[in-house]
Amino acid sequence: MSATLRPYLTAVRHTLTAAMCLDNFSSQVVERHNKPEVEVRSSKELLLTPVVISRNEKEKVFIEASINSVRISIAVKQADEIEKILCKKFMRFMMMRAENFIVLRRKPIDGYDISFLITNFHTEQMYKHKLVDFVIHFMEEIDKEISEMKLAVNARARIVSEEFLKRF
Amino acid sequence: MAEAHRFGNVIAPITCHAWNKEKTQIAISPNNHEVHVYQQNGTDWKMIDNLNQHDLRVMGIDWAPNTNRIVTCAVDRNAYVWTQGDDGKWKPTLVLLRINRAATCVKWSPDENKFAVGSGARLISVCYFESENDWWVSKHIKKPIRSTITSIDWHPNNVLLVAGSTDYKVRVFSAYIRDIEKTPEATPWGTKMPLGQLMAEFPNSPSGGGWVHSVSFSPDGNKICWVAHDSTINVADATRGNVMFKLKTEFLPFLSCTWVNNRTVITAGHNCMPLLYSLDASGQLAFAAKLDTSQKKEASGLSAMRKFQSLDKQARVEVSDTSLDSIHQNAITCLCLYGGTKVGGTKFSTSGLDGQLVIWNLVSLEKEIQGLKI
Repeated sequence: MSATLRPYLTAVRHTLTAAMCLDNFSSQVVERHNKPEVEVRSSKELLLTPVVISRNEKEKVFIEASINSVRISIAVKQADEIEKILCKKFMRFMMMRAENFIVLRRKPIDGYDISFLITNFHTEQMYKHKLVDFVIHFMEEIDKEISEMKLAVNARARIVSEEFLKRF
Repeated sequence: MAEAHRFGNVIAPITCHAWNKEKTQIAISPNNHEVHVYQQNGTDWKMIDNLNQHDLRVMGIDWAPNTNRIVTCAVDRNAYVWTQGDDGKWKPTLVLLRINRAATCVKWSPDENKFAVGSGARLISVCYFESENDWWVSKHIKKPIRSTITSIDWHPNNVLLVAGSTDYKVRVFSAYIRDIEKTPEATPWGTKMPLGQLMAEFPNSPSGGGWVHSVSFSPDGNKICWVAHDSTINVADATRGNVMFKLKTEFLPFLSCTWVNNRTVITAGHNCMPLLYSLDASGQLAFAAKLDTSQKKEASGLSAMRKFQSLDKQARVEVSDTSLDSIHQNAITCLCLYGGTKVGGTKFSTSGLDGQLVIWNLVSLEKEIQGLKI
């Protein structure tokens, strides 16, 4: 684990713990509605200042908090074309199944690869510190997963080309 | 000392709770449209009535001790006053709140002849019983509220009202109803008190920010205390020319606060533990004690290597600890006095998102915690 990852994850953890202090809050604009304020953005006094935590120019986390919801957007490291394609396909795969992930948002925020939307209903059902753990764990695993996939793709490509060139 | 209770198999969050006068019965809302009344039966709780009239989530319950009436308000914009019939069942009476957004909080006045309802419609409804029409009517306090009212509390003189809201302000209003009350006497907050008069206004912070989560009048009525989302506890004193004392804490934001005597405040909130703060002679708040004395659990068989690995990967000492080191396992949303009054509270109860109700005994906690003087 590299030296910059730990302070990065620590910063994300502390910010998320503070941002995830959510309340049940009914809309004060639309009658009988209860919507995540960070999405509807109907009253600006209910939104907190968004925070960007970045490890380098490629890898960053964008945390937007409001009174009853918090939106976490993650930009994953993409060093080359193949990582870009893998990341795009992988995120697409997960976001198509967003309802199975409960806290996953169906579309990422502009400039980020994947977004989570956590509302007060999630913090009521689940342990808050475990939700934070989940996001941190996700951030760690996603890098690992993509580099593993990249290795697998490269290895396969090598085998395929070897087999192909044997014929000549 | 603290004792934790659960109500049957309710694992849903408890939105709010209220006790009857003898503290033998409790009304709770399990985060839905129902209000359950439980009676303590030895160690377990028996549900004796289900107040099922609201059609959306109940936000506030208050039980008038002397007149034995329950008032509930909910997101469906209604409030009901419940009175007990001869058969012990509770009968609802609709209150005309005339609001078009969710009602968020409700409180009986000390004399129990009126109550106030805060709402997302940026107003407070002060309701009283009009005997000639035989219904509850309301009068509105509108100006200068700019956002949802999150909490209210009554002054002991039955006239003044303090309200906290999400526009980062705490305001003291007069809720004087001429039809049912005689002219109130002057208080340090002011002398003229027509309905809706703004007696004082306090911004939570000079630069703005921090939703006010809970407000409370001190037992003598001269001070107010509020907690806000910027993790601060604030006290404003009317006898010192409305001077504000602010204490920034290192904890997560508090959701609830109450006075237990003239110089002690209890708060609880997102950090899952009730905390005690006391006022010194100059009026400044100071941290007194953590009332949750549960010990940190020793992790068994945690090798040094695993500890550092998890610290490195997760930025946390241990990853397998699902439960927290406190009695409450999720945010505490409601705090009520259980023994004594605000003049000298001896016990209080907390309920939260984990569906637990915990009763804390201040007298035995004072003996248990070294150097604590309540």
